[in-house]
Amino acid sequence: MDFRVDLGGLKLTNPIMTASGTFGYGLEFKPYGNLEELGAIVVKGLSLRPRQGNPMPRIVETPCGMLNAIGLQNIGVEKFLLEKLPLLPWKTTPVVVNLYAQSAEEFSDLTRVLSSEEGVGALEVNISCPNVKEGGLQFGQDPQAAFKVVNMLKKHAGSKPVIVKLSPNVADIKVIAKTVESAGADIISLINTIGGMAVDIHTRKPCITNVFGGLSGPAIKPVALKMVYEVCKTVKIPVIGLGGISNTQDILEFILVGASAVQIGTASFTRPDKVFTLVKDLRVKVEELGIKSWDEFRGSLRLG
Amino acid sequence: MNHKIENKKQRCQSLKVQTITYSGTRDFVHVYLDPPIWDYVPGQFVMFRPGSWSNDPVWPRPFSICEKTDDALRLFIQVVGRGTKLISCLRPGEDVDIWGPLGNGFSLKNDESVLILAGGMGIAPFVGLCKTHKNPGNINLLFGHRAPLSSYPYDELPENMSKEAMQQKSMEDLNEFQLVLKQKIQDFASKGRILACGPSSFLRAIQKYCLEYKADAWLSLENKMACGVGACLGCVARTTDDEYVQTCTCVPVFSADKVFL
Repeated sequence: MDFRVDLGGLKLTNPIMTASGTFGYGLEFKPYGNLEELGAIVVKGLSLRPRQGNPMPRIVETPCGMLNAIGLQNIGVEKFLLEKLPLLPWKTTPVVVNLYAQSAEEFSDLTRVLSSEEGVGALEVNISCPNVKEGGLQFGQDPQAAFKVVNMLKKHAGSKPVIVKLSPNVADIKVIAKTVESAGADIISLINTIGGMAVDIHTRKPCITNVFGGLSGPAIKPVALKMVYEVCKTVKIPVIGLGGISNTQDILEFILVGASAVQIGTASFTRPDKVFTLVKDLRVKVEELGIKSWDEFRGSLRLG
Repeated sequence: MNHKIENKKQRCQSLKVQTITYSGTRDFVHVYLDPPIWDYVPGQFVMFRPGSWSNDPVWPRPFSICEKTDDALRLFIQVVGRGTKLISCLRPGEDVDIWGPLGNGFSLKNDESVLILAGGMGIAPFVGLCKTHKNPGNINLLFGHRAPLSSYPYDELPENMSKEAMQQKSMEDLNEFQLVLKQKIQDFASKGRILACGPSSFLRAIQKYCLEYKADAWLSLENKMACGVGACLGCVARTTDDEYVQTCTCVPVFSADKVFL
């Protein structure tokens, strides 16, 4: 079977991408597999200037998942372009830069810098980070703000496809999805983490300093699957599904409800070669199930 | 600050459990695994996740390499929560995903005197270090512990090194231990390198005395980790250059004057 996927200008050799924030700048995983085998590499969210992130502790394990409030610690776009991107196999595997900013203006500055970079395959705009005080989620929860950001980004992105990453922490995900589509988004990815909290009854303190964090891992998969299904029914642009995917069956479930590609996040923490193994195992699983093509399988969920 | 180490040999493997033994109570566990293909530097660690964990617990667990011989990789683990409890119940033949060796490890010269300060489970990395040291006579070890001494791999340390153990059961014991610790550091500061591993309160005290007496001291941090490869940014420590660095890939052994504890 032809494993290739075309996400409106972003061409992948297979539908498996990494999820931002769980795969570093890609290079961290080089000892554990061949980066060229991945559908795409999505790097840690970058901002215009380096960010320190939140104070420790930032992560806590929860049943079938984890909470994080890293606060977008990153080396800044300049350092990434100079020191990391040249070492990534961007000629064979698209490198998607996830970007974060605190204002629409900063978003457009970042986009301008990245749009002229040959090695950047697409931009994934993070309007859904729950762990930073300004920016992030506020764009993702307010349809008008989301429209404005995406619209501005598209103006400066040139030929780079713009992926908009949606937050599940909204009343109706379909409204936001429709809005970003009308603002010009080329692709939608969802879901980002779900807002959550953990406390310690011995110390009577929150388990992470930020108090709230984003829940990820297998625990959130059913929520993600529902939202991906709803969004796929609502928009015409390609959708990337993510949220708790940890095996090939999970991957196919997201494609069955309409996703064109998937991202692997927290599962990369369970074994650093996880995503590489999934690429190999998916071929076996697809053969086993007799799937003929992605076009035939995608969204073929039978109701009733 | 850039002391990231390149280790081409680090990789992920499934290793079989050979045996699990207990010292004292069932809370102190020695896990013996089939030997991995790599070699290591004492102070380095591995990420450990039993294959049977599937979706839960999600995270692997980081453990110091206690010892590696031609026959086995040995880890020394205390049961403190659900993950370590499950590990203590593993059976021979079960598969465990192991990736490593990770981090930088301790650096020391065989022909120089070294003062080792170990607190509780912080003794783990020093077992291999002492047993493979070319001149054990150069080692001075002070071991502070809460559980009975028989819970820890203390007796197996080489005969010809100098070692001393002190148990802390009360606040008074702890205060007395702190005084001994301070005295040891003061006496040793000009003689050689100090290596320390243990709980954060123990490391904080050591850091304070080492800065006071300008000792060449290296502290091994024990932070919670989700990935072990530098990606999750959950294990970072704040350096005196005001940077957050990943404990897993950039250290975990810090120079005492370079990190905030």
